[in-house]
Amino acid sequence: MSGFTVRVQGADFDVAAELARLRAPEVGGLASFIGTVRASEGDAPLVALELEHYPGMTERAIGAMLDAARTRFALTGATVIHRVGRLPVGAQIVLVATASSHRQAAFEGCAFLMDYLKTQAPFWKRAHTATGAHWVAAKASDDAALARWGVASRNAGAAA
Amino acid sequence: MPDAPPIRILFFAALRDTLGDGVPLDLPARATVAGVRAALRARGAPWHDALDLSRGVRAAVNQTLAGDDTAVAPGDEVAFFPPVTGG
Repeated sequence: MSGFTVRVQGADFDVAAELARLRAPEVGGLASFIGTVRASEGDAPLVALELEHYPGMTERAIGAMLDAARTRFALTGATVIHRVGRLPVGAQIVLVATASSHRQAAFEGCAFLMDYLKTQAPFWKRAHTATGAHWVAAKASDDAALARWGVASRNAGAAA
Repeated sequence: MPDAPPIRILFFAALRDTLGDGVPLDLPARATVAGVRAALRARGAPWHDALDLSRGVRAAVNQTLAGDDTAVAPGDEVAFFPPVTGG
């Protein structure tokens, strides 16, 4: 699977370096999305976001998403990096980057991978505020986003 | 099957806050995720309420997302967790 990379790590990532790795003579366009820690999650201002994950399953699940993206879109390469652990406001959480000979596949592949990641990858966010900590709730709108690609999602909507 | 290895149960996130790290479970042959969940709930509190289907608990078998009908074999790793919130 040369050109297709999954990393789950605590360390921060360098977006420019990751994009540079996806360049190749046949590449005409690169697309990327970076998710960052927002200052508020609900009512109270956030101190930090803590990402829990299921080691082993995260890499496997994201690898399967990359396979699905390659089947749908003509991508020459793609990189998904997702951080875990305790992250302050403003920190980078996730990178999805795609490369293709033309822009449509790059843009759509990137959006598809993010929508897939939001509802099928085993990570859980815990929001730490000045008054305590709580688990962030999954959103039905994320299931809807994946459904637009024709992929059934039963995450927030898992409750029958 | 006297020497069949037990299945390993894992819990994550809010479910682990409530239920702890998970315990090995002996199961008869041809069990499913639904059967594992039922066996855990049969232990009583806190499993009975925490693993109620209406709470939207998801499952994975050997690190692949699973449904209620997914088969579970001795020695398998079965995880239960709340809806995911990554990305």
